[in-house]
Amino acid sequence: MTPPSTTSTGRLLQGGRVVDATGEQVADVAVRPDGTIAAVGTDLDLTALGLADADVLDCAGCVVAPGLVDLHTHLREPGREEAETIETGSRAAALGGYTAVVAMPNTEPAIDSAGIVRQVLEAGAEAGLCDVRVAGSITAGRRGEALSPMAEMADLGVQIFTDDGNGVQDDRLMRRALEYASGLDLTLAQHCEVEALSEGGHMHEGAWSSRLGIPGIPAEAEELMVFRDIALSRLTGARVHFQHLSTAGAVELVRQAKAKGLPVTAEATPHHFTLTHAEVASYDPTFKVNPPLRDDDDVAAVKAGLVDGTIDAIATDHAPHTQEVKEAPFDEAPCGMLGLETALALAITELVEPGLLTLPEVLALMSWRPAAIAGLDGVHGGPVVADAPAHLVVIDPEEEWTVEPAHLASRSRNTPYAGRTVRGRVRHTLLCGEPTVRDGKATR
Amino acid sequence: MSPTAAARRAGPARNLLGIDDLGPDVASGIDEVMGLTDSFVEVSERIIPKVPTLRGRTVVSLFFEDSTRTRLSFETAAKRLSADTMNFSVSTSSVKKGESLRDTIETIEAMGVDAIVVRHGSSGVPRQVARWTDAAVVNAGDGWHEHPTQALLDCYTIRQHAGSFAGKHIAIVGDVKHSRVARSNVAAFTALGAEVTLVAPPTLLPPSLEGWPVRVSHDLDGVLPHTDVCYLLRMQRERMTEALIPSLREYTATFGLTTRRADRLPDDALIMHPGPMNRGVEIAAEVADRPGAVIVDQVRNGVAVRMAVLFLLLGSGTEWGGEDA
Repeated sequence: MTPPSTTSTGRLLQGGRVVDATGEQVADVAVRPDGTIAAVGTDLDLTALGLADADVLDCAGCVVAPGLVDLHTHLREPGREEAETIETGSRAAALGGYTAVVAMPNTEPAIDSAGIVRQVLEAGAEAGLCDVRVAGSITAGRRGEALSPMAEMADLGVQIFTDDGNGVQDDRLMRRALEYASGLDLTLAQHCEVEALSEGGHMHEGAWSSRLGIPGIPAEAEELMVFRDIALSRLTGARVHFQHLSTAGAVELVRQAKAKGLPVTAEATPHHFTLTHAEVASYDPTFKVNPPLRDDDDVAAVKAGLVDGTIDAIATDHAPHTQEVKEAPFDEAPCGMLGLETALALAITELVEPGLLTLPEVLALMSWRPAAIAGLDGVHGGPVVADAPAHLVVIDPEEEWTVEPAHLASRSRNTPYAGRTVRGRVRHTLLCGEPTVRDGKATR
Repeated sequence: MSPTAAARRAGPARNLLGIDDLGPDVASGIDEVMGLTDSFVEVSERIIPKVPTLRGRTVVSLFFEDSTRTRLSFETAAKRLSADTMNFSVSTSSVKKGESLRDTIETIEAMGVDAIVVRHGSSGVPRQVARWTDAAVVNAGDGWHEHPTQALLDCYTIRQHAGSFAGKHIAIVGDVKHSRVARSNVAAFTALGAEVTLVAPPTLLPPSLEGWPVRVSHDLDGVLPHTDVCYLLRMQRERMTEALIPSLREYTATFGLTTRRADRLPDDALIMHPGPMNRGVEIAAEVADRPGAVIVDQVRNGVAVRMAVLFLLLGSGTEWGGEDA
């Protein structure tokens, strides 16, 4: 990632508490014009560093950390730009504190070839608001029938592959995909859903689906595929990343697989640890998501998985949809909700405030661990030290704010948190040392 | 909303989206409807069965799903109250051209309507509609969710023939899982003090009955001798292709109200069905014509019950119907 601007005179992030994977310290962070960190410490001699004219960013009362990394973003471009573009999604990401996102391949057409990978990477670089990386599809066209050209896409830096939106249904094809990916040292990420069980369902199958008369998706539809892919990881030795875990059973399966030393990782979304299927009682399709919002026990299990390390990362599954399509009848509306601009605050509000996790632990789940899963460690999520790239986020962990859909940068408005007061706000985000967000506002 | 419609209301209208909308005390709400229904039954028996109660009011029937009997019942009810009626059938509407549900509602509201009677194949649509309009919204059946006026007419019919609900045992037999009628009836019957047993194979029951004040049985023969009202649900043929039952023949053999089985009912038991019936499947043809079968009465009472509902929503200041807009 090259710096978005070379006009900088350098910057000083002053007065913050620096938190990274190695620990925390109260320190200033000096950034060179080339976008790398010059020094971290107190009483820095800016003149000696050649940064006497540095632009000073106030970080008092804030945490300075490696920028957040989202393993699961839907940028909708190409194909559904009315809902989001790479530019608007990148801006939303920056406002959420992200310096890197992994764009999912369920675009139109699907990201299943070098040409489309290149197109998305170029558009991301042109927007210059966030390091847009790409997940390629496991199968051609995400049709689940034949492998996509993974090596061709890997040559462009794609390191993670998924048919997200759908799980790979065919057992033998998934085995072949894992074998093939392991030879290229790639990770396959799976949307776990056995469609024979979930077909026709629109929410979690349980007390609320029964009461509301909405066809349900049983937890077992997710758990059976998690179970299968753990078995296939054992068979092939390949790395499997489980996307958006939502059920207690799935979390337990991953816990057991990790205990056996299998190369599996997992993510959970903010909505799966903050909302339950009871929200659907409103019949508001804003709450329609896949996997669906589950029950209280599942929410508790996802939180427990985040606490004990079973779940490695918090990912947004940011899924923009226009108001028009989200105002359809519940069973006709598409799945998905926004996430990039609210994820950090929800994690702080729901996990840090109640004392389940510390802020550094949340940052691990949202920055350096997902960076490692995406193969971005060394670029993103690394320690805040001299000579490292200055992909940084500055967070005021105490600021309260209310989620107002009209104020979001995403092109869509489908947030389930409208009107909710949350704690923790991004004050600045720096990509290659340049603020993409300054004092809570996008710089461009 | 037209100025005249707006002038009649200080705020959003009351709605009937489900049985719970009848108020915090559902039994009282049902009693209120029943009381009004008595007087509208009397109106319906007049030589000219029409009163000027809702003159100048406009009721739109918005049916996204075919249902001749329910649509005609609501229209007849509105006309007997002298309301102007409009029909919106999806087959001839702009919905077929891709217009969104919300745009459709806002277009209809702009014409100045007082009530919208909504039938839709998707659960929850009437609740969504109620968010987009200040007109009163009546749920005429949504997906697998609710069909509150059917439950009200069933309550009225049971009370007409059997008196009080207290201590009565009602068996609801058949495809409860996919039945909006069953969901509304369970809520209404139990609110009035009846005991309800759902009788069906597990594949035709909702996946969870947590919070449902019912008993469950898979043995119709065992239930019938203790049943005051045997309420049969329509069995749809596609349940076979969905592998929910092996065959209609086996369903009839196990859960159909055959003549032999009907003989196990107490002599004064009622046999009910929301229609349309599959004679020979869930109910034997001759059973449907027995004296205890009150299926035609259900249809007849439907008009008066819907008159009562429209009157309550549009013609009185009674505060019931909890859904905010």
